[in-house]
Amino acid sequence: METKKRVPVKEQAPEIRRSNFDEVCLGYSESEAVAEAERCLHCKKPMCVTQCPVSINIPEFIEHVKNSEFEEAARVIAESSSLPAVCGRVCPQESQCEELCVLGKKGDAVAIGKLERFVADWSRENNIDLSQTLPKNGRKVAVIGAGPSGLSCAGDLAKLGYDVTIFEALHKAGGVLVYGIPEFRLPKDTVVQHEVDNVKALGVKIETNVIIGRTVTLDELMHQEGFEAVFIGSGAGLPMFMNIPGENSNGVFSANEFLTRNNLMKAFKEGYDTPIRAGKKVAVVGGGNVAMDAARTALRLGAEVHIVYRRSQAELPARAEEVHHAIEEGIIFDLLCNPVEILADEKGWVKGIKCIRMELGEPDASGRRRPVEIPGSEFVIDVDTVIMSLGTSPNPLISSTTPGLESNRKGCLIAEEETGETTLDGVFAGGDAVTGAATVILAMGAGKKAARAIDDYLKK
Amino acid sequence: MYKIIAKRLLAPNIYLMDVAAPRVAKAANPGQFVIVKMDEKGERIPLTICDYDKTAGTVTIVFQTVGCSTKKMALMEAGDNFSDFVGPLGQPSELVEEDLEALKKKNIMFVAGGVGAAPVYPQVKWLHEHGIDADAIVGCKSKDYLLLEKEMKLVTGNLYVATDDGSYGYKGFVTDLLKDLIEKEGKKYDLVVAIGPMIMMKFIAQLTKNYGIKTIVSMNPVMVDGTGMCGGCRLTVGGVTKFACVDGPEFDGHLVDFDEAMRRSTQYQTEEGRVEIERQKKAEGHVCNLGLGE
Repeated sequence: METKKRVPVKEQAPEIRRSNFDEVCLGYSESEAVAEAERCLHCKKPMCVTQCPVSINIPEFIEHVKNSEFEEAARVIAESSSLPAVCGRVCPQESQCEELCVLGKKGDAVAIGKLERFVADWSRENNIDLSQTLPKNGRKVAVIGAGPSGLSCAGDLAKLGYDVTIFEALHKAGGVLVYGIPEFRLPKDTVVQHEVDNVKALGVKIETNVIIGRTVTLDELMHQEGFEAVFIGSGAGLPMFMNIPGENSNGVFSANEFLTRNNLMKAFKEGYDTPIRAGKKVAVVGGGNVAMDAARTALRLGAEVHIVYRRSQAELPARAEEVHHAIEEGIIFDLLCNPVEILADEKGWVKGIKCIRMELGEPDASGRRRPVEIPGSEFVIDVDTVIMSLGTSPNPLISSTTPGLESNRKGCLIAEEETGETTLDGVFAGGDAVTGAATVILAMGAGKKAARAIDDYLKK
Repeated sequence: MYKIIAKRLLAPNIYLMDVAAPRVAKAANPGQFVIVKMDEKGERIPLTICDYDKTAGTVTIVFQTVGCSTKKMALMEAGDNFSDFVGPLGQPSELVEEDLEALKKKNIMFVAGGVGAAPVYPQVKWLHEHGIDADAIVGCKSKDYLLLEKEMKLVTGNLYVATDDGSYGYKGFVTDLLKDLIEKEGKKYDLVVAIGPMIMMKFIAQLTKNYGIKTIVSMNPVMVDGTGMCGGCRLTVGGVTKFACVDGPEFDGHLVDFDEAMRRSTQYQTEEGRVEIERQKKAEGHVCNLGLGE
């Protein structure tokens, strides 16, 4: 029987963590990790590996953990992934590596994500150097964007000996890892900064405060600055709004703005200059991971928080673990209702959000049941702040300033799935810039594939 | 790190800095802006580019101390560094892209209010370098607050100064002066570009609408990233939501919803901040007749 249950992981208690920004999940100890690793059956045909977008040799690293060979485990992971401490924390493992784990058929799948996280944290705490690269070949590649796809592509190219420079628009590298995902899921100064430092240790240069398309164009990088190939990993950072009346009232923010103020600018911390306003009662509109992050952030800033989502709990696109954490912390879910107007007081400040009740109709193109308005069911939730978390799309800045680089109707760059080749010779792309908003690990996988394709292209 | 090469006090509480930022200087055009951040804990502050030297690799910014961050910034000296200095951001002024011959046939008037004289300067200078001498009105509280007069004189056709207290030039507001020039002196303008406090731009736009003169304004809402990823700077132009940082900062002044924009710019004013701004204004003897600070 004991093989069926995974070793539980310690977490901060909900009533304590709801008022701090410290990490919720405390991770495995050495003995817990070893005990969990012992559950792995070491399958001959491991399905877990096929489900990992960067193909980490999962049974091999777990075997090392089982034998308490943590450094060796870290080396196995490093062959495939540049950001294990991040992925171990934020990957949706339940729909990836852990989904087809044999143990999952009759009990709990092996906690692959928690083991990966343990190994990465252990190697950080023990200063393990994983920076071996092939000899430098002196050939220059530019990477646009220091998010997961860019860091992963840059890391892989550096390991192959390339001279890589990442250009980042913000003042800090990490992309969504620093501005989007909150501290309580992904600590910045320890975990993210250390993974960025690991990529730098491979010889990758990072130039922050450079906006491609404004500060310098892609053409200038290739024709004046001597870069022989470019990888675009500029993400999908453009926020969507609902275009309903009252949306420009004071107190209505995009989740991107709210989270950037809090995470990148550290508005929640004493001594930092950037202000943030969460109000007393907040409505977060949307049901994805970003909505959960915004809601749980507003809660920690002292507000009563409502998630307003037009479908039911079963259709929430957020990870089950995040929804579970949000409920534990006291977030209120107003399901099957959709905002139609934001109400403001005479001074222009939000005083309420008018919603209409919904019911689920026939499945739509995405296979999910389409929400349909119930006529005459409008009602008002009294709130003083509204955070719009409806999704994001790629920023058109690079495509609009680079002749020959084509994007589709949704603003996503057109690129080959296996190689990342764009419509422009020598220019590759991957991650959210190509797919629209997706996951950290899919972006990393795309960065990896593109690194291989860039290597092939430059060897031709 | 971005080193401050020179610092100059232009008027009480208004400072000019030349900052070493070669990439920004190389790409800069009139009408664009930068975002600066002083140090690790600082906030990101948008400032319009006032001048640039592509050879020296420097960009000039001008700022007025209005809050905690700009006060700290005023304490920085030549040789100190900004941790971050990013740009150029936003669309260049439309003038830069227009056909030069067509532009030469136009009578252009720039109207600058207060520290707005700084961002007007690169545009007037750019036109002058391309053989066009536009007129300009510069408005300020009193003679002491007049910015860049010498520099402006060199690049404008006619430079008109208006002071609230009449201590220099015309006594009154820039709107009154523009009205007088058009109605009493028979001046004809095809285009007005107004840069300054939102309330001033609003009243200029109202005035020029009566005369049917096309008017461009440079909006200065609250910003965070300045690259289009947050929408904090959004405003309504012609009934459509625009992001000032990527779609602007310059817009058709007759289409901008100024009341909404002014309301939105108070979103992060704290109670203490409001009191402090009032206190400063009283200490400086500025009586705002335009409804600012209400």
